[in-house]
Amino acid sequence: MTVTDDPKTEAPKTVKKKRDDAERFKSGVIPYAEMGYWEPDYEIKVTDVLCAFRITPQPGVPPEEAGAAVAGESSTATWTVVWTDRLTTHTHYQAKCYKVDPVNGRDDQWIAYIAYDIDLFEEGSIANLTSSIIGNVFGFKALKALRLEDMRIPVAYTKTFQGPAHGIVVEREYLGKFGRPLLGATTKPKLGLSARNYGRVVYEACRGGLDFTKDDENINSQPFMRWRDRFLYSMEGVNRAQAETGEVKGHYLNVTAATMEEMYERAEFAKALGSVIIMIDLTVGYTAIQSMAKWARANGVLLHLHRAGHGTYTRQKDHGVSFRVIAKWMRLAGVDHIHAGTVVGKLEGDPMATAGFYDTLRKDQVEVDLSKGLFFEQDWGRMGACMPVASGGIHAGQMHQLLHYLGEDVILQFGGGTIGHPMGIAAGAEANRVALEAMVKARNEGRDYMKEGRDILKLAAKSNAALDAALDLWGDITFDYTSTDVPDVVATPTQS
Amino acid sequence: MRITQGQFSYLPELTDEEISAQVQYALDREWPLSIEYTDDPHPRNTYWEMHDLPMFDLKDAAGVVKEINEARKQHPEHYIRVNAYDATLSRQTVAMSYIVQRPSEEPGFRLERTEDSNRQIRYTTHAYVTDVPTGQRYKQNQQ
Repeated sequence: MTVTDDPKTEAPKTVKKKRDDAERFKSGVIPYAEMGYWEPDYEIKVTDVLCAFRITPQPGVPPEEAGAAVAGESSTATWTVVWTDRLTTHTHYQAKCYKVDPVNGRDDQWIAYIAYDIDLFEEGSIANLTSSIIGNVFGFKALKALRLEDMRIPVAYTKTFQGPAHGIVVEREYLGKFGRPLLGATTKPKLGLSARNYGRVVYEACRGGLDFTKDDENINSQPFMRWRDRFLYSMEGVNRAQAETGEVKGHYLNVTAATMEEMYERAEFAKALGSVIIMIDLTVGYTAIQSMAKWARANGVLLHLHRAGHGTYTRQKDHGVSFRVIAKWMRLAGVDHIHAGTVVGKLEGDPMATAGFYDTLRKDQVEVDLSKGLFFEQDWGRMGACMPVASGGIHAGQMHQLLHYLGEDVILQFGGGTIGHPMGIAAGAEANRVALEAMVKARNEGRDYMKEGRDILKLAAKSNAALDAALDLWGDITFDYTSTDVPDVVATPTQS
Repeated sequence: MRITQGQFSYLPELTDEEISAQVQYALDREWPLSIEYTDDPHPRNTYWEMHDLPMFDLKDAAGVVKEINEARKQHPEHYIRVNAYDATLSRQTVAMSYIVQRPSEEPGFRLERTEDSNRQIRYTTHAYVTDVPTGQRYKQNQQ
């Protein structure tokens, strides 16, 4: 890292204005703010990339200097003055911290707003964008902690990305499924099943009423089940279920592998078998994701992304990268599906923060809404939308809450909530589908379905034994824990 | 069997009153309704026959239900579905789609497998009913 512990480099207690060029380029170490990385009068350009960072400066470092340091280290600066800056129009390439706002209820934290000129970034490259924005600064000693809360991607830059291989509209038309959330399930147990047994779960869940089944993130090609065998048996299950129901069905075939060559090989095989969808994990990396998104569009296969590993850097509020930023990058990168939280399930997810993720993935125009953690407006320029996936500890008894919090363009994934059904997997799938359709119907009829949710489900269960059994077993299961990642403005407890 | 395409195939058949409530939901959002029918229920049969043009200017749920009943009268043994369309920018696609009539018997589909090399199988979903020409299917065919 570029800052030493030498007391001479310590940040000043107050921030001075930018120096003129003669002073600015004297050899030595001067504060970032005085180098021009703090510019409170800066006028934002429509083509600028904007970032909101949550900064926790070391004691004694003024927030403006800390913000300037982040701007500097994520753009042109190094720890000391370099004369070679004068060979460039350096003011153009310097990022500018233009505002620091104190964080509600914290005397050691600020939100620093930083503007970057679009010229700093390579067209259509998440790798380049992120190497700049989060490349170096997160280990910076002058800060105790740093979190990238949100970004505004200007339309001019958005247009250099492919975006979702298909998007929500094309996916719905391709599947012929409208007016309700889609249903899925992850095959369980996630590890250990043979391919033949695995395909049985796919068949039963799809024939029972789910639209999709799914490989789990860590199902790749292990000794107990090699990928090719899994693909063959899963597609037998999918096609059988399609013939049983007269409905299009799919199984997310996870093509995650150690190299691009292997991923392409698996994706090609999935395509050859007629699968409507393949899947990758976030762990494959941004460049691999963009490559697979190009492949998915070129080959007409939907692309599902599992956000494996994201919790390591998205969950803690003081340090890391907010998931809403990851969601934004992944929409640019071009996936069709991405896991984005359930609100009511077993995994982290404050309702308002989750709403912010869903807006980021689904809307064309996103407005500023601090209660949802949305710091900037975002114009997606008609880029296709990403289908959010809600997965992890959800069941049919929560259907009213799921519909209320997550809306219609979402895939509800009930793994245990399908496969653990006492009457079998198909019955578990049927229970979920009946509950979903009953809830959508009630909502459309204008009923107060959040309030009457349980009654609506109970009534539907009277004519459906599968749903009746599901409600008996899981009706009272809730996961009531306080979320760690909540917007500063309001904290709303999850209703369960 | 019972084909499960559409929004509400897992629920008991909707009554006209229930259909009317769903139509009203669409009208409240300015989604025009349309009616389509078919005797080919293959899941990849995208283009069901249009029972007249979409009802862009009809703002009355009772009028739509009346039109549905007219379609039922004309095609008593076809599948009939009601669609609502959302023309909003960035959307411009079907917003709702549900079946409001089925043939009295649904024979279902045969899954055809063609064995290929390397254990691969090519699948085809074949609707039994399409073995006879259109217009002679379902009850007409059995009489």
